[in-house]
Amino acid sequence: MKPKRKQDIILAGVGGQGILSVAYVIDNAALKEGLFIKQAEVHGMAQRGGAVQSHLRLSKDRIWSDLVPRGEADMILSVEPLEALRYLDYLRPEGVVVTSSTPFVNIPDYPDMEVLLAKLRSIRGTIVVDSEKLAKEAGSSRTQNTVMLGAASKFLILRQENLLEYIRVLFAPRGDLILEANLKAFELGRRAAEL
Amino acid sequence: MNKEMLLGDEAVALGAIHAGLSAAYSYPGTPASEIMEYLVKVAQKSRGFIASWSVNEKVAYEEALGVSFAGKRALVSMKHVGLNVAADPFMSSSLTGANGGFVLAVADDPSMHSSQNEQDSRFFAQFAQIFCFEPSDHQEAYDMTRQAFDLSEDMNIPVMIRMVTRLSHSRSGITSGEPRRPNDLHLGARQCWTLLPANARTRFRRILDLQAELIQFSNASAFNRLEINPKNTRLGIIAAGIAYNYVLENLHGAKEKPSILKISTYPIAEDKVKTLVGHAETILVAEEGYPLIERSLKGLFGVAGKNLIGKLSGHLPLSGELSPEVVRTAVDLKPLPQRQTGDFKLAGRPPQLCQGCPHADTFNALKKALEGYERSNVFSDIGCYTLGYYPPYNAVNTCVCMGASVGMAKGGAEAGIHPSIAVIGDSTFGHSGITALLGAAAFNTNMVLIILDNCTVAMTGGQPSFASGERLLKIIEGVGVPKEHIQVIEPLPKYLEKNAQVIKEEIAHPGISVIVAVRECLEEARKKRKR
Repeated sequence: MKPKRKQDIILAGVGGQGILSVAYVIDNAALKEGLFIKQAEVHGMAQRGGAVQSHLRLSKDRIWSDLVPRGEADMILSVEPLEALRYLDYLRPEGVVVTSSTPFVNIPDYPDMEVLLAKLRSIRGTIVVDSEKLAKEAGSSRTQNTVMLGAASKFLILRQENLLEYIRVLFAPRGDLILEANLKAFELGRRAAEL
Repeated sequence: MNKEMLLGDEAVALGAIHAGLSAAYSYPGTPASEIMEYLVKVAQKSRGFIASWSVNEKVAYEEALGVSFAGKRALVSMKHVGLNVAADPFMSSSLTGANGGFVLAVADDPSMHSSQNEQDSRFFAQFAQIFCFEPSDHQEAYDMTRQAFDLSEDMNIPVMIRMVTRLSHSRSGITSGEPRRPNDLHLGARQCWTLLPANARTRFRRILDLQAELIQFSNASAFNRLEINPKNTRLGIIAAGIAYNYVLENLHGAKEKPSILKISTYPIAEDKVKTLVGHAETILVAEEGYPLIERSLKGLFGVAGKNLIGKLSGHLPLSGELSPEVVRTAVDLKPLPQRQTGDFKLAGRPPQLCQGCPHADTFNALKKALEGYERSNVFSDIGCYTLGYYPPYNAVNTCVCMGASVGMAKGGAEAGIHPSIAVIGDSTFGHSGITALLGAAAFNTNMVLIILDNCTVAMTGGQPSFASGERLLKIIEGVGVPKEHIQVIEPLPKYLEKNAQVIKEEIAHPGISVIVAVRECLEEARKKRKR
């Protein structure tokens, strides 16, 4: 059977966590594979430490709406556990949640971690990844977004080699150390999702 | 095929470059900032045109108008509320007309993602009786911008491109065409551009007389696509701009597809609307922003024998942006099944000042200085510091429009508020605060103006500020604030007591005082280190 050539993704996180870098890699890998892409981003005031999301749509056919319709997302990819839940109404019944378990606490009423993780694990088809631990293992705690991209790559309709190519394009200008850390972060994330 | 991934804003910018742009001007404002950001980036490499941030939108508009007068092609871009600031030259530019192609790109922000109000710039286009394009996707944003320059030169009128947040900040692939070279210098005719009453009457008559031609242009435009389904006379849909995407998202696979008219230009293509309305019993109008098309159709008495539905009938919401879901309900489809978080309490995460932000230290000092006063108020303005409204600061009580804090503090002081404090950023002060301070200084109003000089336009991504550093101090002195009541503080936690004391002393002075709190934006400092 030919793989499905359409995928709607909600990328979630907090302003400054690097979800637009994740989007950049997915966009360009998809463009290389000849897919249509629409990717809606959040700019401006909301970026200041607030909840941010990006709607990423890939398809072999023309895409109409820039926004993913609620109930149609195939995946929620979140670099923060509370943010993974914020967009649950976008997920289709058989969709998956791939989320980091590392909280970004900048609000006074952040939920209890155990309650939050239990809630996440209770959602069918959820992969929870300790992105902080794996990022440190990869050599830089700033690669958590790439760890999560690696974890999500298991479900993406894109070829892994194309994702890796654009990780190189994105991080090579920032030096070998940063590039190596991100390549390793991707691999560790990927393996964590396979478990 | 040369496919490029661009933001909607960037597609407008590229369209302008390829149309033979000579100069572009703008003031930063979400969601329009990325138009100029892109132009600045390209201009640095190619040097083929000028791309420049301006002091405010009115100035930007006038700079662009000067380019058009000189016979060259000009783009001016801004957010919706920026056009309020530029409304004066905008309204009169419909009389002067354009000499070199003149295109105004305005980005509206329905749902107020990063704005103080929701307004629909199509009404401004209608108000000035100029032509307006409303793209529904990235390719159209590029193509329409190119066509806007042609139309502007053919008919000698300013042309508007109306964008909305979801298109401005969405990324997609576009195919671009061959670039065209810029125009040579050829000055406009003085009787067209000198709006003395005698000339202006002639020019106003001209724009009135052009209307029929503009409607014909819309009737003939392929962007206004009419698809009649002879088998479905039940429903017809008029969908404008990105609302068209939401309609097609829900109906592109439908068996009994309704007839659909896509509206992409204004004035409205009357003939096509007549055909669609004649064909269907129920007409749904889907448009982003205010119900402009729907109201035009409805008039005072509705359309005889037709069921007209949309925002005015309650089938679509009057406030906030449209979405695939709300349009889905309006076209009578069942909602898709959705996952729910159940009883889990989802804590909100509003935007907030960054850790260590200089504004936070200024607010802490200000709050300390105001302890014990019962009739005090802090008037604030547009920028990151508006976030001082939220806990733990709860430091500011107003935010209306660019520069409003200064004038409001003067009015508040005159109404009996004491201390009457205004808090404004350096760029916002340069944009619209200077003239208000001139008034407050002339009257020696008993108020304190605090200018937060973080050396940049932080909220919109770090564009250059014109009223910062030494120049800012000279401006303050230049508009007549006594030198002994201009204070400079450095907002840092270790200076909390000292800074609060400075503010207290200036509150005690029974006249105008200005305190400048200088410390660079952390985000900008970080970006500079990266570069």
